[in-house]
Amino acid sequence: MNGTAPPTLEVRNLRTHFFTRAGVVKAVDDVSFSVPRGKVLGLVGESGSGKSVTGFSVMGLVDPPGRVVSGEILFQGRDLTKLSEEEMRDLRGNRIAMIFQDPMMTLNPVLRIDTQMIETVLAHARVSREEARQRARDALGMVGIPSPEERLQSYPHQFSGGMRQRVAIAIALLHRPELIIADEPTTALDVTIQGQILAEVQKLSATTGTALIWITHDLSVVAGLADEIAVMYAGRIVEHGTVAEVLDRPLHPYTVGLIGSVPSRNRRGEPLRQIPGMTPSLLNLPPGCPFRARCPRAAEDCREEPPMREVVPGRDVRCFRPHLEAAEEATA
Amino acid sequence: MSVYMLRRLLQAVAVVFAMSLIVFVGVYAIGDPVEILISPDADQIERERAIAALGLDLPLWEQYFVFLSKALQGDLGRSFVFNEPALRLILQRMPATLELAFGATIMALVIGLPLGLYAGLRPDSPVSRTIMAGSILGFSLPTFWVGLMLIMVFAVQLGWLPSTGRGPTREFLGMQWSFLTWDGLRHLLLPAINLSLFKISLVIRLTRAGVRETILMDFVKFARAKGLSPNRVIFVHVFKNILIPVVTVVGLELGSTIAFSVVTESVFAWPGMGKLIIDSINVLDRPVIVAYLMIIVMMFIIINLVVDLTYSVLDPRVRLEAKGT
Repeated sequence: MNGTAPPTLEVRNLRTHFFTRAGVVKAVDDVSFSVPRGKVLGLVGESGSGKSVTGFSVMGLVDPPGRVVSGEILFQGRDLTKLSEEEMRDLRGNRIAMIFQDPMMTLNPVLRIDTQMIETVLAHARVSREEARQRARDALGMVGIPSPEERLQSYPHQFSGGMRQRVAIAIALLHRPELIIADEPTTALDVTIQGQILAEVQKLSATTGTALIWITHDLSVVAGLADEIAVMYAGRIVEHGTVAEVLDRPLHPYTVGLIGSVPSRNRRGEPLRQIPGMTPSLLNLPPGCPFRARCPRAAEDCREEPPMREVVPGRDVRCFRPHLEAAEEATA
Repeated sequence: MSVYMLRRLLQAVAVVFAMSLIVFVGVYAIGDPVEILISPDADQIERERAIAALGLDLPLWEQYFVFLSKALQGDLGRSFVFNEPALRLILQRMPATLELAFGATIMALVIGLPLGLYAGLRPDSPVSRTIMAGSILGFSLPTFWVGLMLIMVFAVQLGWLPSTGRGPTREFLGMQWSFLTWDGLRHLLLPAINLSLFKISLVIRLTRAGVRETILMDFVKFARAKGLSPNRVIFVHVFKNILIPVVTVVGLELGSTIAFSVVTESVFAWPGMGKLIIDSINVLDRPVIVAYLMIIVMMFIIINLVVDLTYSVLDPRVRLEAKGT
């Protein structure tokens, strides 16, 4: 957030709650972050931590019984929560695009690829069908799909998973959006395909200046791709910083545990560490730090909700007992 | 594709052959038409001459082979009662039943699809709950009773619509149709409504279930994330997916409507095939019964084939598999 230009996206105190019969589920609870132009933010967390709902909140695609309760979502200075559905639809797929987790499910099985691409072009641009088709073909070529002209005529089931995800990415890129939200787009893919797609996306982001939110539970993906990381737990961001700092010197006990559970070459032969217990139910979450039941450093004062605070310059953590000794050790 | 068609054709021939045997033996078992057809005061010689003329003096297997060899030449026997070829008798009645069945099916789609779509998109609204409650009535009320009520209200009390017969007809493709004249259309309305009630309910329920299932799919959310208008999402992305089950079921239903429109035709004195078959069963007019059942079998086979072909147009995944085999 240096300089005068506003970040592409700035989310402030976002709360998205689901009003179910059993009670209120605070899926996203006071989340703030920002993504500057051309940068990649990795939004990391376990299943159910609220990272996908954060993405859908930005897209304005939270369905009832859920809704954005409070907070601001500033996209290039405009608050998206105040836009009408029409204005929002104008941005979606155009200035802000989204890539979904499961490529086998994101393309409509009964419509041809060209139909699904051309309709996206025509939704936001006043061009002829032929021109729209041309753009679709170019986009397919850009994401590395061979003989795009023929592939346009195909149906989704004629593609492999990796190819389908490339098509989905091509659709997201059709209007050269300023912001792409990628919700675990490589989780369902083979490791080799995953690597190819990551490389493509990184290249595109760097060349077009597109800001990227990469939602994932996989720290190793974020490590190679993101500029900054926000770690989410139980609907809150618990730690935020640059990739190098967060991964090398994690401050929050949850981040420490998360990194410890990643199998790595350095600790071959040692048993994997794991975080004991389960993610808490977001329904009627007790007050206080939501991680305290699983936290090795929990104490009496963790019954109070810890605020997000800057414990080391440039490092925000939501914890009373961060792993400061590790950070000091490293800086010393 | 041609291999697929050939295989279907062979299957069809086998089914028709098996059915002809079952039908022939079955009809033979239900009773002796001689008692009904020949006047009780005919003497022994007249009786025997009549039996021989109808071909009923031969043993069953011989009767069957006579029937089969004639059937292969397109002759399904002569009606005992009308002394006319059974096939012609049935074909004369067929347009009446066809227009009734198609009228009912079109009504079911025109009314059922929008209502089902609405109920699926707004499952909690009072209107949707009313639609769904209504569909239960449509399923459970007996056809003959609804038919009588329709006659009571619209023909007797209000006097808006005629209650019996086909009204004036006009020739089209060599057959007589009611729906081509205004008065004939008015005659068609009540029986078609009566016959469509069950199907409307069926289409509503299928459509609603399809919509509820489909709108949760990722591809619908992705379509919205592309910035498409709600109309495009619903009428292209959702609708094309729910058409698959609806077309299958409605297509198969069309066959049973044609075959079993007996009740409606009887209530409204609609001179279709259903009325003919009931009359023929009453007098044990064997050739007509057998011919009717054979035609129904053929019709089911054709409808099934058409449904399968339509299905492959709607669902690209089926198309490929059919080509592969």
